[in-house]
Amino acid sequence: MSGISLKSHKFRLDREDDWKKLELLLGRLENRSIRSLTDAEMIALPALYRATLSSLSVARATSLDQDVIAYLESLSTRSYFAIYGNQTRMSTRLRHFFIIGWPQAVQNITRETIASALIMFLGALLAYVLVRNNMDWYFSFMPESLMGARTPASTALELRDTLYHDGDKSGLTEFASYLFSHNSRVAILAFALGFAFAIPSAALVLYNGCTLGAFVALFVDKGLGFELGGWLIIHGATELFAIVLAGAAGMKIGWTVAFPGKMSRMEAVGKAGAEAASVLGGVVIMLFLAGLLEGFGRQLITNDYVRYAIGLTTLGLWLAYFYMPRNFDTLELDDTAGTS
Amino acid sequence: MSQAKTKPRTNSTYNADKNVRTLVTPEGIDLRLRIADGGARVGAFTLDLTIMIVTLIAVTYALSFTTIGMGDSGEEVVVAVWMLFAFFLRNFYFMFFEMGPKAATPGKMAMKIRVANRRGGHLKANAVFARNAMRELEFFLPLSFFLSALFMMNQGVDGWLTLLGLIWSFIFLLFPLFNKDRLRAGDLIAGTWVVQSPKPFLSKDLAETQKPDGRYRFSQSQIDAYGVKELHVLENVLRKNDPKTVEEVTGRIMGKIEWPNPEKTENTNAARREFLNAYYAALRGKLETKLLFGVRREDKFDRR
Repeated sequence: MSGISLKSHKFRLDREDDWKKLELLLGRLENRSIRSLTDAEMIALPALYRATLSSLSVARATSLDQDVIAYLESLSTRSYFAIYGNQTRMSTRLRHFFIIGWPQAVQNITRETIASALIMFLGALLAYVLVRNNMDWYFSFMPESLMGARTPASTALELRDTLYHDGDKSGLTEFASYLFSHNSRVAILAFALGFAFAIPSAALVLYNGCTLGAFVALFVDKGLGFELGGWLIIHGATELFAIVLAGAAGMKIGWTVAFPGKMSRMEAVGKAGAEAASVLGGVVIMLFLAGLLEGFGRQLITNDYVRYAIGLTTLGLWLAYFYMPRNFDTLELDDTAGTS
Repeated sequence: MSQAKTKPRTNSTYNADKNVRTLVTPEGIDLRLRIADGGARVGAFTLDLTIMIVTLIAVTYALSFTTIGMGDSGEEVVVAVWMLFAFFLRNFYFMFFEMGPKAATPGKMAMKIRVANRRGGHLKANAVFARNAMRELEFFLPLSFFLSALFMMNQGVDGWLTLLGLIWSFIFLLFPLFNKDRLRAGDLIAGTWVVQSPKPFLSKDLAETQKPDGRYRFSQSQIDAYGVKELHVLENVLRKNDPKTVEEVTGRIMGKIEWPNPEKTENTNAARREFLNAYYAALRGKLETKLLFGVRREDKFDRR
């Protein structure tokens, strides 16, 4: 009985060349990109892939050589991922994200966004009322790291000074260390915490609101309410909005974990998570902009009215960008028409 | 009486591996993905963490040289650059690599695993973003609770609260241990899972490596001694080629098929391999012929 007479061996000999060819193309596809293949190779790729899949199903039915089956399984799996994987260009993906993905995701969590904003407002109101009645509360709401020279013991003049001179730190360090890195971490945490049934996310947003309220109360107490408003709104319109959205994204996940609705829980959570992630990706971008506004814009612009104007304009722009009614389906059609 | 013998056999070899999951391609073929096991996941993460820490130390070291000769303002710029770098490394290292064509970080590549969409189809960028943003909850939160618990052991209420926080956050860290797909909380949120993705490697066909020269011939009843399960065991033995196992298996098979005068066979590893190879080819030929007629003889107890 000679080895060559085995049908499964002949089967392998006949098709091995195609498998090797696919393996070669696959290696190049994985290491670089789809553009590294020539036109002829591009045409050959799906044919080779289907041939390999067909080999796999024949081998499973007729061959008892484990090695060949394992090889074909792994080759087919890798080519499946390569062929059905994402081959869109980064620029197209980004365009899609900014035109459709992000605003659509934000619109889809409007309910949570309103809830999150209300929670933040509630926290601010609570802290404001408490601090106005008794200044000692200020120390309970304010983390020491944020306090600096801003304590109830400071004079109105000192406090006023903090609004127009951000100390001797340069904008860049401030931006890198605190405004962007720290805020983004808080936002990501607010998102992640949502998984535990939304409550920790809400608590984080509430706490942020409390800090804000205590801060406002201190300045209003010294008669600096209007000036503080300008100082806050120039970046706060973007930053607080971002924090609210991050909290909302977390709540969306938590709510779906608890109440998945008609879909299965796994499916619903997967869908909500992908949407919330789009929001969060945008939040990081917003915090980057807010950091720039806070680190540089606020130091350069010390006129209260200009600060208000910038802050309110950015707020208006964000609202228009996110919530302006539009038909995403037709946008999507335009998008594909533009790229093909 | 014959009932016991004709009871339907479950397709035991097909689903024996509890890590196998069904993924049917649009072409209608089940790819039978294998879930990455816990060890590979932990290994990959440890490796990635090591790479991140080493990178950070190297960058710190390099940047510390650039500050020499700079004024205070220069130093500030360098510190800012370092902070931004650390931030991006911590948050975007995983995302950057998993969004690439291999859908795997260097650690995952080393462990031959990758991230995949649980429902088939392509892995979207926002899914990668979601699964990695959750690391903040799953790894960094327990870590920070752990560190503060270390320092606050003896501080009364605060210490106890930290301990409670630590226990609470450990739920997220240990989440993958409590489901069969080894999903992290991030995988759950993102609709992803981590699967094995070994590099395809085709070794030589055993029926070809040593062409039987007809020295070993087997009768039908001798070939009929075994089924598919034993064939696969024999294949593994031949591929591993461990002399001791080869000797033992040769002895077993010779005994089972009542090979005449086993002591006459040359007492070398090469000769034993030759015998096993010949028997392997004969057995596979026979079983595959049966397979073509629709009979898969699972093991030696299967009398078909």
